[in-house]
Parts: sequence; C-alpha cells; structure tokens
Amino acid sequence: MAQPLVKKDDDRDEEVEYSPFFGIEKGAVLQEARVFNDPQLDPQRCSQVITKLLYLLNQGEAFTKVEATEVFFSVTKLFQSKDLGLRRMVYVMIKELSPSADEVIMVTSSLMKDMTSKTDMYRANAIRVLCRITDGTLLTQIERYLKQAIVDKNPVVSSAALVSGIHLLQTNPEIVKRWSNEVQEAVQSRAALVQFHALALLHQIRQNDRLAVNKLVSSLTRGSVRSPLAQCLLIRYTSQVIRESANNTQTGDRPFYDFLEGCLRHKAEMVIFEAARAITELNGVTSRELTPAITVLQLFLSSSKPVLRFAAVRTLNKVAMTHPTAVTNCNIDMESLISDQNRSIATLAITTLLKTGNESSVDRLMKQITNFMSDIADEFKIVVVEAIRSLCLKFPLKHRSLMNFLSNILREEGGFEYKKAIVDSIVILIRDIPEAKETGLLHLCEFIEDCEFTYLSTQILHFLGIEGPKTSDPSKYIRYIYNRVHLENATVRAGAVSTLAKFGAMVDGLKPRIFVLLRRCLFDTDDEVRDRATLYLNTLGGDGAVVETGADVKEFLFGSLDIPLVNLENSLKNYEPSEKPFDINFVPKEVKTQPLAEKKAPGKKPTGLGAPPPGPPSTVDAYEKLLSSIPEFSNFGKLFKSSAPVELTEAETEYAVNVVKHIFDSHVVFQYNCTNTIPEQLLENVTVLVDGSEAEEFSEVASKPLRSLPYDSPGQTFVAFEKPEGVPAVGKFSNMLRFIVKEVDPSTGEAEDDGVEDEYQLEDLEVVAADYILKVGVSNFRNAWESMGADFERVDEYGLGPRDSLAEAVNAVIDLLGMQPCEGTEVVSPNSRSHTCLLSGVYIGNVKVLVRLQFGLDGPKDVAMKLAVRSEDETVSDAIHEIVASG
Amino acid sequence: MELCPSIKNILLLDSEGNRVAVKYYSDDWQTNSAKEAFERAVFTKTQKTNARTEAEITMFDNYIVVYKFVQDLHFFVTGGENENEIILATVLQGFFDAVGLLLRGNEDKKEALENLDLILLCLDEIVDGGVILETDANVIAGKVDSHSMDAGAPLSEQTITQALATAREHLTRSLLQ
Repeated sequence: MAQPLVKKDDDRDEEVEYSPFFGIEKGAVLQEARVFNDPQLDPQRCSQVITKLLYLLNQGEAFTKVEATEVFFSVTKLFQSKDLGLRRMVYVMIKELSPSADEVIMVTSSLMKDMTSKTDMYRANAIRVLCRITDGTLLTQIERYLKQAIVDKNPVVSSAALVSGIHLLQTNPEIVKRWSNEVQEAVQSRAALVQFHALALLHQIRQNDRLAVNKLVSSLTRGSVRSPLAQCLLIRYTSQVIRESANNTQTGDRPFYDFLEGCLRHKAEMVIFEAARAITELNGVTSRELTPAITVLQLFLSSSKPVLRFAAVRTLNKVAMTHPTAVTNCNIDMESLISDQNRSIATLAITTLLKTGNESSVDRLMKQITNFMSDIADEFKIVVVEAIRSLCLKFPLKHRSLMNFLSNILREEGGFEYKKAIVDSIVILIRDIPEAKETGLLHLCEFIEDCEFTYLSTQILHFLGIEGPKTSDPSKYIRYIYNRVHLENATVRAGAVSTLAKFGAMVDGLKPRIFVLLRRCLFDTDDEVRDRATLYLNTLGGDGAVVETGADVKEFLFGSLDIPLVNLENSLKNYEPSEKPFDINFVPKEVKTQPLAEKKAPGKKPTGLGAPPPGPPSTVDAYEKLLSSIPEFSNFGKLFKSSAPVELTEAETEYAVNVVKHIFDSHVVFQYNCTNTIPEQLLENVTVLVDGSEAEEFSEVASKPLRSLPYDSPGQTFVAFEKPEGVPAVGKFSNMLRFIVKEVDPSTGEAEDDGVEDEYQLEDLEVVAADYILKVGVSNFRNAWESMGADFERVDEYGLGPRDSLAEAVNAVIDLLGMQPCEGTEVVSPNSRSHTCLLSGVYIGNVKVLVRLQFGLDGPKDVAMKLAVRSEDETVSDAIHEIVASG
Repeated sequence: MELCPSIKNILLLDSEGNRVAVKYYSDDWQTNSAKEAFERAVFTKTQKTNARTEAEITMFDNYIVVYKFVQDLHFFVTGGENENEIILATVLQGFFDAVGLLLRGNEDKKEALENLDLILLCLDEIVDGGVILETDANVIAGKVDSHSMDAGAPLSEQTITQALATAREHLTRSLLQ
C-alpha cells in the first residue's frame, strides 16, 4: 500500500520543485508575518513574507476576516521602515486586503504623511492607496493635497491623482467636480499619460453637459493632444458629439469629419485604427466618407502583426453588413487571409467575403472554403455556416452549389452545435427558396439515416411531416421515415410514427399504406410508440376505410398548443386526482418572464446582510399555487394575470415592501411581499391597511395578515377586493403597513414578550387598464390580423404631444397597454421619422386583441399616432381606445 | 458605451495554464472559480497557437484577448468586445517587455516566481482599476525596480552597497547643481 503513495509524492516533488513557493501553507505564512512586529525590522525578510501573502491571495486562497485584520494590523507597522521596496509591497498589500472603514483609520495618517513626502514614488502610491480605501469623509480632508497632486511636476504623481479621481467620481462626484480647474490644467501637460488621464477625467466630469463636451472637443480637435491614448479618447468623444448633433445638420458637411479623416494619417497605429473605426460607425455614413477609412484598413490587412489584421478584418466585416460594395476593393487581400494562421482572422475574412461576394464569385469561394473547413474549430464553422445561409438567401439562384456544400459538411465529423447550425440553415433555405425544397428535404433524409443526435433526428422528422406531404411526390420520403422506426431509439421511433401519421392525414393516396406501417408499430417495445400508433390509427380511421380526414381531427392531432409547456407542466403537477378531470383550459397562458432585473442588480451588495434574501415566488404558476392554497381566495376562480412586483418603499428603508396585483374575473388580490431589514426587530401580526376611497368600484372582502416577520426572511400578507365582473375597473389605493414590533436581543436572537403597535406609511398603488391585458404574443402577426377580420376593427388617430424621441413614445404606449410587442417591432431604428409597432394580447374575459400602432413625427418633436385595434369583441376594441384616450 | 479604454484583466500563466500572477479589474468574474474557468478557457484556446514573435489575438465570450508567449510564460490581456484591439496590444507589449527587463532576459516561470514581487509591482504600475496607467516598458520597469533607500533613512538600516549607492547619488546630484 505504501509503495504507490511514496511514488506519488516523488512525482510531485519533481514536478514542482523549482517553485520557491512549493509547499507553501497559509497557516505557516501567517505565523511568519509576525516578523512585521519585530522591533528591528528586516526589510528583505518582510518583503519576502508579503510576497508570500500576495502569492497566496493571487492563487485564490481566501483569508478569513480575522486573518485579514491581523495581517493588516501587522502590515501597518511596516510604515516605520524607510526601505522603498518594502514600502511599495506594503502599498500593494493594503490594496489587496481592502480594509474596512475602522481599519482604514489606522493607516490614514501614515498614508497622508507619504502623500506629502518629498519622494515622488511615495506621493504617487500613497494617493492611489488612500483613494482606493477611503470614504467620503476622509476625502474632504485630503482634497487639498489631491488638487495639488493633479498639477504636480512629476507626471507619475499627477497621473496617480487623476486616475484616482476617475475612480472617485463614481462614489463622490460632487467632490471630484470641484477639481475641474486643476484637471483642465493637466490636460495641457506635456507628459503623454497625464494628458490622457486628465482628458478622461475632464470628460467624465462634464459628460452630462452636452455643450461643455462640444466645446471641449472643438478646442482639442484643433490639435494640442500629443498622447496617442488621449487622441483615441478624443476620437471617441468626437464621434459621440457627431452622433448627438446628427439630427441638426442633415444637409451639408458633417462637423468634425475632417478631424477624423486627419487622424487616419496619425503616426500611431492605435489612433489610425480608432479613427477608421469611428468613421465606419458614423450614422448614415456615405461611401465618399468611408473610402479613406477603408483604404487604411486595407493596408492593415497585409500587416505582419496579427492584431492589426484582426482589428481591420473585424471592422471591415461589420462594414460589409451595411456597405458591402465599399469593402469589395479589399477582396483580394481578404482572400489571402483565408489561409491565415490565426483562425479568428481567417473566419472573419471568409464571412466578410461571403457578404461582399457577387454571384459569379460564389463557386470559387466555396471551393476555397471547402479546404479551409476541415482544419478549423466547430465554433468558427458555425459562423461560416451562418454566413453561407445568408449568402444563399441573397443569391437564391446559387442554392444548388450552396446546398451541396451544406450537405457535404453535414456528412463530415462535427459536434452537436455545428450540426444543428447546418440543419437549421437547410431548414431555413427550404422554407424561403421553393426551388431548394426537394433537394433540401432529401439531404435531410439522408442525414437522419446516419445521425447520432436524437434531438436533430426528431426535429427533422417533425419538419418532414410538415413539408413532405406538400411536395410533388410525398411517397419517396416514406422509406426514410419508416427506416427510423426500425433502427432508432424510442424517442426517434415515436417521432417517426407521428410523421408517418401526418403523411397519412394529409395525403389521402398514401393512407392505406401508411395504415399498414402504423399497424406494425403497434407491436413496438416502447409504450409511447405504441400509444401514438394506436391514437393515430383510431383518429385517422385506420379501420380500413379511406376517408378524408376532418379538419378538427387534424387540428386535434397536429395543431399547435397555444399554452406554454412550462405552465402546462406546473398545472399537471398541481393537479390532484379527484372526480373532476384535469381541464386544459385552466392552464395559464401567460408567458413566464424571467426576472431580468434581479440579474442585473449591482454586483457589490453589502455583505453585512448576508446572502441576498430569497425572492418571493414570482412566476405565474407559483402565484396560482400560492393563492389557491389560501382558503379565502379559493372561490375567486381562475387567476387571469399577475403583475410584476411594484415597489412601495424606497430602497434601503427599514421595511422593504413590494406588491403584486393578482387579477381575477371579479376580484383583485394584492399580495404584499414584506422584508424586515432590522436585525433587532421581530414584526408580528403584519397587515396592510388599504384605503380604497379613490377606487369606487372596489370593495374590500378579505385580508390575510402575516403572523410573524423575522429579520431578513420575506413574508406575504394579502388583501382582496371585489369588483364588477369582467370590467376593467381602475383605481388608486393608499397603503399603510401596521404591525406589532418586538425587540430582539441580537446576541441570543430571542424576542421580548411585549411588543408595541406601530405603523409605516407605504406608497400608493394603482390598478390600471394594462393590468387587465395579458401579454400573449403571436408568431405571425399578419396572419393573425387577417384571420381576425375587420368586423370589430376600430381606428382612430391621436396626438401624443412633444416627446423626447419616437422610441420613447412607442415605449410609453406599449407600457400603457401592457401588451406583447410582436416581431421585434418595439425597437425603433435611430433617426427614423415614422414607425409601426405591432402588439398582441388577451383582454380580461379571454378576448384576443391585436393592435397596430403607426407613429409619425409631426414637426420637430410632436408625435402623432394612428391606432388600429382588432379583437373578437367590439366593446374590447373600444376599451383599448379608451385606455389610450385617457392615458 | 464605455468611452475610456478599459482593461478587464491581465494574466500571466505558465505552460500548463496555472497562475503565475493574475490581476482582475472587472466584476465580470466575481468568484475565484469563475476566474479559474476563464483562465482555463483562455489557455486551452490559445495554447496551440504560436504567439512567440508577434502578439496574437482571439475573441470569445464577447471578450477580446491579446496574448504573447515566451518560454513557459503565457501573457494575456483581456478587454471588452468593443475595445480597440491595438490599445490592448500596446498594454500587453508594455507588460511583456517590462517583465523581460525586470527578469533581465531570463523570462521563464522559475525566474518569474523567484521575482514575483517585481511581477506584482509591475501589474500594479500598468493598470489601476481598469484604467491604463502606463504602457512604456522602460518606464514601468524603472518604477518597479527602484530598490534604493529612502534618502532620509537612518544609516543603520542600509547595507554597505546601498549606502554607497546613496552616497554616489548624492555626489552626482551635488555635482550637477
């Protein structure tokens, strides 16, 4: 037993013996750190120990709070030593430990002394450390020194103060803004980096003052900037100014274009590139403006430096999306990049060529790519496949060679994502290019003969079931499909059975033969396969009679399910066996929205509160489950909609409360999610007193108090209102949190017996029209619109008055109606003067509603809107207009 | 849009992808395991490439990574996807050359670990909280390698050589005046 163990140790020894840190161990190093407390300091030794500590931190070793504090205190002793090297290590160490506020006080005086030292290195580093660890109060004390440091003769000191200013601006803007005179002086510095840092800070100080930024840019573009980095900044600021002023000067020359063009002749490559990129990204850039930028990028393409080639080809790739002809000149250079050692560059070159290529060059290009495909990674191949797909859509006549290419690479080795990209592309080509349909389907059939991915096989089978029956000769696909029933796993077999049934349902001529095949499936070893076969045989009339399959049967078997599967799954889980059968109509149709806001919450949460509290249940299904478990609300019927949580308290108050509005047919339930953020308190008997005097149609029927609300564990209390049935009643409610407070002993966590009654004012809450509309999207708006018919169409025009932008107006109306934007029409392209937005939803009472909004700018800022509503009920169409009219 | 060029991280790994010294300036990777996962991904993506004469570049997960290798040391600088690639490359070159100067041309893992204090100071001098501090290798190395004593230090704390160096410095300064 001992033998292998010893050997293993030997191996390790050999492997890592050259590391000076071999066998390093946190406990031992922390012991070693005691040398910091020696009366006679050994700077060398201390430096070594600090290096070891930093090594541990760097390797991801975590220090406990106690350990960190201990190390911090002993490190502060080292300020006694005058050794420069050691002092530098001390500075780094303090930054790494990021001490707490009460610890910072320990080093403040030492650092302030260093800040005013004669040694430049001390001044520069002390400023950086102090500004990193300090808070606002200390900052006012040292502000004077910082202002001095900004204009210090030594550029390192000056840069240190300026960069610290950039960081401090995030936390203490009002203080840093007072330094702008000094910063402005530093912009004129002869030291390159100082100029860069000063410019960055000055711009950040002024960024919200458009006029000041304008002035800054126009004075600096006349030339006095020496540092390349500062010049890059200036280019960025300039393009921002151009972007923002674009609306005012629609005719004539673009302001500052000459400056950007001049930068193309700068001696630093980073400036040339920054300027070229800025020009290509100008809004509505003309080809005359583009030409000089493209020319310098073209030169970069043949550079010996991979970074330059990459930067150029990436930018040209983007230009090719909007201005393919402008990039055509670079095609020869681009073609030589196909064989570039750097595969990222090669892939970008290929995809650019695919975008800029003309119809005649496609074949040649495909030949080159074929050689290239075998030696690149899957992720690059996916990019190429996507580029080929769009090329094919651009040149439908070339579909034969492109489809061939796709089917060839489909047969080669590759991972799932790659194969999926190819299959998706073929499917899209089949849909969009009618001539490509039959060959495409055959390629897919061949692929599933030898496909290792169950998911792809089933997807293709499903697709065959839709497209196959519509082809000229559906029978030729049957063999491929039926082969699956013999050779595959149960999932694919079940998919194949469904596909066969679809052919049977759609093509009457094939029915008898299909029935024979389906009957054979009745003896399958898998019950899902057998069940499907039985179902299809029975519904399609497999008793031998060849009759045309009815539309309702088709709809039943192959129609789409308009319920999100997640919701169905949850409802089925909640269903308890009883006399009452499960009713699919009671499954909520609302699409679950991910609480995106939570994800984007600021990353640095105070760790004192421990982990963020677990959020209250927020999905529709969870709400439904929660509400149905409360007896008072059980007879309210089916939950129509639950709103997103609305905050009723400011952030970081003693009690955090938000409310979710649950809409039922003739009731509304307010769910108050409460969190107690005071560790020394326990709240009991928590209720919300709701004053509905401004909501006449509502009357309170029930209230469910929360028995106990301990620190940091959220709880819910509910209040229910009755309202007229099916009517979208609106109103305003004022809320008051009432509870009994009990003091908690923080050391034992036990609450006192006696409590005090207390109240806490919450913000008002409104029930609005949008609460009665469900966001339900449709996949094809035009089809839905046409099939809804114009019977209950209502059209009217509205003036929305002056607005900041068209996009703002569009969003306002979407929010007002609370409907689902379709086909990405909620996005308004910049600078457009008109926009059409398509919305869909379900109105209370399960009435489908479609809305078409046409916006136009009327004069400089005024927005006019034409609203067309179609629904299944004219009162609903009118109601939508009423919402807009009153909103 | 982020207007000031910013560096997300600087990594110095060995030929097996282990850390020699790393510094993260961005919150994109909050935990050590997230950082390690990123390093592993960068390393495996780049290890087969030849980045020994010119800096190489790649892009993944919406980051741009420029990198350069020497012996068993792998240098990386990461920026956001909209960053100017050439600025990142300039930072990389500054770091790479400064380390070369500090290790006096013996750039390998052993030497780097033995002089880890210099490497860490070097990182500290290049970027501060994501903002580029300095890109000139000579300046960076010069700032790191000032091992002289504080002029006001008591003689007892100085070794003979240091004392001599200080004396020489004093002398030259007085001569120059």
